[in-house]
Amino acid sequence: MNAALILRMFWEFFKIGLFAVGGGPATLPYLMELTERFDWFTMKELTNMIAVSESTPGPLGLNMATYAGFQTLGNFGGLVSTLGLVLPSIIIICVIAEFFARFNKNPKVQAAFKAIRAAVTAIIGAAVIGLCKVSLFTQTDLGLRPEWKSCLLCVIVLVLLQNKNLKKLHPFLWFVLGAAVGLVLRF
Amino acid sequence: MKRLKILGELYWAFLRIGGLTFGGGLTMLPMLEHELVRKKQWLAEEELLDCYAIGQCTPGIIAVNTATFVGYKKEKVLGGIFSTLGMITPSIVIITIVAMFLRNYMNNIWLQHALGGVRGVVCALMLNTVFNLGKKSLTCKSMWAVCVVAFLLALFIGVPTIGIVVLAAIAGILLDMADQKKKGGEEA
Repeated sequence: MNAALILRMFWEFFKIGLFAVGGGPATLPYLMELTERFDWFTMKELTNMIAVSESTPGPLGLNMATYAGFQTLGNFGGLVSTLGLVLPSIIIICVIAEFFARFNKNPKVQAAFKAIRAAVTAIIGAAVIGLCKVSLFTQTDLGLRPEWKSCLLCVIVLVLLQNKNLKKLHPFLWFVLGAAVGLVLRF
Repeated sequence: MKRLKILGELYWAFLRIGGLTFGGGLTMLPMLEHELVRKKQWLAEEELLDCYAIGQCTPGIIAVNTATFVGYKKEKVLGGIFSTLGMITPSIVIITIVAMFLRNYMNNIWLQHALGGVRGVVCALMLNTVFNLGKKSLTCKSMWAVCVVAFLLALFIGVPTIGIVVLAAIAGILLDMADQKKKGGEEA
């Protein structure tokens, strides 16, 4: 492992921890930016990371960071990226904990965070569109060509997810279903 | 000595919470209640919700923010650090093992078929997450406006995510000030 890369990755994940308001899903747009700026991992690999992170124990954001670190640096990479990700939290929360009541009740702070949450919804939405582009389409010389089987599976699951009872199913079960469909229909 | 014991307990409690919850965020709340309020009695129910609220509206992973906050309440900065280390331990261990396993079998054609199907499902789940976030965050016309502008900036102009978050914070404060002024005007 080389020291410059370790430092670089620690710094990139530190920045993600500092600016990802909204928890795990909010780190996704930043991870996608990393695929554009560095050759650490690809968008396809990122989709696999999400699947693994959602079906294993532990918070989504931490799992994705660990996986991204592993993909970039190998066995101990997960430690570097995850420590980078949580350091801003430790600093910010320890400072805020001292004057918590005043911080949380300040109307300016509340107004700012309300708007941030609306914007974050949009940012994550844009990131998910990018995710769909690589997962459900293939890039060809003539532009994007849809992978019909994947598109159909995605739409069907999305519709099923609106059902009150199916909504409560564990993501892992959906992934098992997806894997089974993928095996049978040779995705 | 007594302090070391409490730090150890914090580490162990959050290690269990991290290792036994899936997904993070809201799904963690029942587990936090069980471990911190009922079992350890470190916090009252309302205090936990306070921790949780602050964990949600500050940057970073919600689970980590909550862990740091609880740890800080018990044992100041060291408590925050030990709780967080406990929280991240299961992720690092489990994900590293799974990733090592997957790397060795990545070229297997059957694994590729399976992962192809899984990716379709991932897209559906993530789209659903975005809809749910929208339901919670887009509560009025001005929030819809912020959302649409942020979406255009992110998708078509390629403004870095950090820039959009900062702009949104400023917009939120300005919108709030405009609202207050309007209310003040009506009353006068």
